[in-house]
Amino acid sequence: MNQWKNFSKGFIKENPVFVLVLGMCPTLGVTSSAINGLGMGLATTFVLMMSNIAISLVKGVIPDKVRIPAFIVIIAAFVTVVQLLMQAFVPALYKSLGLFIPLIVVNCIVLGRAEAFASKNNPLSSALDGLGIGLGFSFALVLLGSIREVLGSGKIFNLTLYSENFVTLLFVLAPGAFIVLGYLIAIINRMKKN
Amino acid sequence: MNYLVIAISAILVNNIVLMKFLGICPFLGVSKRISTAVGMTGAVAFVMVLATIVTYLVQNYVLNKFGLAYLQTIAFILIIAALVQLVEIILKKVSPPLYQALGIFLPLITTNCAILGVAILTIQKEFNLVEGVIYAVSNAIGFGLALILFAGIREHLDLQNVPKGLKGTPIALITAGILAMAFMGFSGLV
Repeated sequence: MNQWKNFSKGFIKENPVFVLVLGMCPTLGVTSSAINGLGMGLATTFVLMMSNIAISLVKGVIPDKVRIPAFIVIIAAFVTVVQLLMQAFVPALYKSLGLFIPLIVVNCIVLGRAEAFASKNNPLSSALDGLGIGLGFSFALVLLGSIREVLGSGKIFNLTLYSENFVTLLFVLAPGAFIVLGYLIAIINRMKKN
Repeated sequence: MNYLVIAISAILVNNIVLMKFLGICPFLGVSKRISTAVGMTGAVAFVMVLATIVTYLVQNYVLNKFGLAYLQTIAFILIIAALVQLVEIILKKVSPPLYQALGIFLPLITTNCAILGVAILTIQKEFNLVEGVIYAVSNAIGFGLALILFAGIREHLDLQNVPKGLKGTPIALITAGILAMAFMGFSGLV
């Protein structure tokens, strides 16, 4: 029951994007299409889960004073793993996400969970926490990516919905990211109140 | 001429915050007052230029030389973290007033993706050291421009009657979107 809570809180109650407003750079930067959002979300989920497990395993060994640099090195190691794996197996996605893959290192969600959760809990809870928050992040990215793709290029997951003559190009460009996310957070705030 | 193109492109056309989405956290976090925005800009500019120089040298004279390019991410983030600590210690000793002004922003900078982003982009774009420094300075100016403009707008926004559901983050994001739209006007400049 308690483990289920560790896992499920990341979706709505503590959704990193909509509620905690963390990790904004990749959220806005890669969501010009749903598939990019999904790729970024899953890459972050992997890093989040693995670094949570590793950090909760070594939490007793690391002196308190140097814990943040130690966490960052652990996270950076897993980011490098993801980077090399994606380069090898999904080069097209790797190319379209570009700079944002190495930037998972400085994603505040990952370091935030390490500091707030993994450094205080056992490996199993930490893994579930990482998975839950990661999937919540992915969900937010896919939602944002889908809305922008539908409005901006008339497609969803590369399936054409309507003709390109009727699209509002603005939504796949930079301003669209800010505006769609702004309205999404407003809607979710409103829903939370009811 | 080439230098001018790099500068204009980084400041206006491909603005680091509004077009490249780097450094959004400080952009949303410390943009409530113009004075804090100015302080943050100073700290970011300082660390960004230093970090770009150091990471450039490490990449070209250590990592590439020994075939360790895959360690780029780990090496760069460690360099930036160490540099931020170092700057903090030196500022505290050498210039207490500057430390007073920038001090609280320095710890936040380690996880500012604009710094790491510019360091990596300098390598990816295969700039030489001078171009890299100009690129870093221009990006810092671009960051400051976006941040201070946005802080100015937000100070006014505080006085407006915003619909309840849009208060706080949503209206800030939508405002940023409109600001980004304005910056789109610069596209095609270079």
